[in-house]
Amino acid sequence: MKKIRVVIAKPGLDGHDRGAKVIARALRDAGMEVIYTGLRQTPEQIVGAALQEDADVIGMSILSGAHMHACPRVMQLLKEKGLDDVLVVVGGIIPDVDIPKLQAMGVRGIFLPGSPMQQIIDFIQANARPRVEQV
Amino acid sequence: MKSVAAEPAAKTAAGRSIPFTTISGRPIERLYTKDDIAELGTERGLANPGDFPYTRGIHPSGYRGRLWTMRQFAGFGTPEETNERFKGLLKAGGGGLSVAFDLPTLMGRDPDHELSLGEVGKCGVSVVTLADMERLFDGISLADITTSMTINSPAPMIFAMYLAVAEQQGADWKKLSGTIQNDILKEFIAQKEYIFPPRQSMRLITDIFAFCSTEVPKWNTISVSGYHIREAGSTSAQELAFTLRDGIEYVQYGIDAGLDVDAFAPQISFFFNSHSDFFEEIAKFRAARKIWAEVMRDRFKAKNERSWKLRFHTQTAGVSLTAQQPYNNVVRTALQALAAVLGGTNSLHTNSLDEALALPTAEAATLALRTQQIIAHESGVTNIVDPLGGSFFLERLTLDMEREARQYFDIIDRMGGMVEAIEQGFPQKEIAEASYRFQQSVELRDKIIVGVNDFVQEDETPIPILYIDESTAERQLSRLRDLKTTRDNEKVRRSLDVLKETARGTGNTMYPLLDCVRAYATVGEMCDALRDVWGEYEEVPLI
Repeated sequence: MKKIRVVIAKPGLDGHDRGAKVIARALRDAGMEVIYTGLRQTPEQIVGAALQEDADVIGMSILSGAHMHACPRVMQLLKEKGLDDVLVVVGGIIPDVDIPKLQAMGVRGIFLPGSPMQQIIDFIQANARPRVEQV
Repeated sequence: MKSVAAEPAAKTAAGRSIPFTTISGRPIERLYTKDDIAELGTERGLANPGDFPYTRGIHPSGYRGRLWTMRQFAGFGTPEETNERFKGLLKAGGGGLSVAFDLPTLMGRDPDHELSLGEVGKCGVSVVTLADMERLFDGISLADITTSMTINSPAPMIFAMYLAVAEQQGADWKKLSGTIQNDILKEFIAQKEYIFPPRQSMRLITDIFAFCSTEVPKWNTISVSGYHIREAGSTSAQELAFTLRDGIEYVQYGIDAGLDVDAFAPQISFFFNSHSDFFEEIAKFRAARKIWAEVMRDRFKAKNERSWKLRFHTQTAGVSLTAQQPYNNVVRTALQALAAVLGGTNSLHTNSLDEALALPTAEAATLALRTQQIIAHESGVTNIVDPLGGSFFLERLTLDMEREARQYFDIIDRMGGMVEAIEQGFPQKEIAEASYRFQQSVELRDKIIVGVNDFVQEDETPIPILYIDESTAERQLSRLRDLKTTRDNEKVRRSLDVLKETARGTGNTMYPLLDCVRAYATVGEMCDALRDVWGEYEEVPLI
């Protein structure tokens, strides 16, 4: 089976990248291919990276409260590019009231502070789109 | 050298077979005795509080003379909303103000910039022009308070706005007192709110040193910060080492810019984290004072005692707060605050219980302030100076922290300095390693976090949180549009041109910035002018 390919991105102006880096490394240690976009990515850049890298998963780390702007735009762009099957997960500070809204727009995994890394790894392994071996 | 516990500590412990280490992974012995601090019997022994090298404190009377300043960081939404929170904190007995700016302001972007979408007023107050600064301090006399402003890349612009408000109020700049964070090195290392490349950023900082040494002599021109380094996942010793080495870099750049060390060094202050490992943190604060005193006297030949004395602000560890069982955070914060007080902090911010979830509610912020007041007025710890001085364990730990910091100094000195070390990604990599190691120890449950990986509670009742909607963005955007039609745009353009011209040359950028601010240029316009001349910094992302 081919390795799961994950784009880890930090949208918005926030530079607090501890969580993004720790999770990127944990996913890599769990056997996934991880592409870390670096800071201050627009939704266009994030979806562009997913397209270019043939990603199965996009993980976004958001602590600043900008999730209700970044997430809808990313989901819309994925639809436009025909990447609906890319698994989108979000980690960070997300108020309870926003969780159902994010789920309704198709964000499937939402991980709040204190989530074990293993839980995130397991979720991605169980839900990432299946990769077909190219012949 | 150790008199006891030659075998690993875990084996000698009665019953529990966990690693006995600090939160930073430092092994701790079962028992410490006088043999562990034998070196303090020499001429490098432990001086009294108020005496060089100030391990036991910079004031002979400790908190008997004066308590620490209870300075609660606050800011959200519009300037009017934050102004109201400030007035509430002052009324509740807070001793000084501390301004949190939103991300667009911190990154030098106006609310109408593409990247500001969804960020205006969210993590702090939105300040776009002098008009916002006027609203922020409406009804607050700048001559009578001290203000700390957490601002880094656009520090000169925001500071110029503060000075312009003081000017309008008729306050004498020479009497103004407060702090701007203005510490760009830790932004490159940890928090990543940088705009300009390192060397140009250092120029802005030495311009402020020079400007303040004559114009605003009581102002703390920089708050060299370990807080963010620690929050990014460093160990306690790394926080100490990188922060003080940043301090050394600033002093060196000031001297290289032609300033006399004693003309600007007394205005340098520091800002540390107080994390959960009680004694390790106290040792860190004490070691910091000692190292700085020796560095300033011996490395930089400073003559003025005020240049030797390390003064610092402390904030309890935001990263230690949990979203689970949030009331536990009150207890964590109280212990961390006590460590800061026993370490002799000069001012303190205590975090609110809800900060793993959102910006604090007014009630949570008041409780955080009350925590400090209880330590100050009920616990009795302020009756005595450095009550833990002479403890075998604490003094050993203080010496160990100092040794580790000096080892890092040697490595960074060999690289050519902190700017060079940052360009090579050295501190960034050290911190990323430490942060990953800590996360693994949590996963393996070598380190227990109550409510997260043990003592978990399934049926938690949500607590009320502060929710910031989009009305701030709409209001700030419409104000910005109005301003651009009412101000003298020709005057703005001319002042920005002078700023660019100064940036290309070697003049002090503070003077043209003051003129830009008085013309109501926006933070984004002033930063863009400098971006045009100097370009922007981009880091190579490492994982």
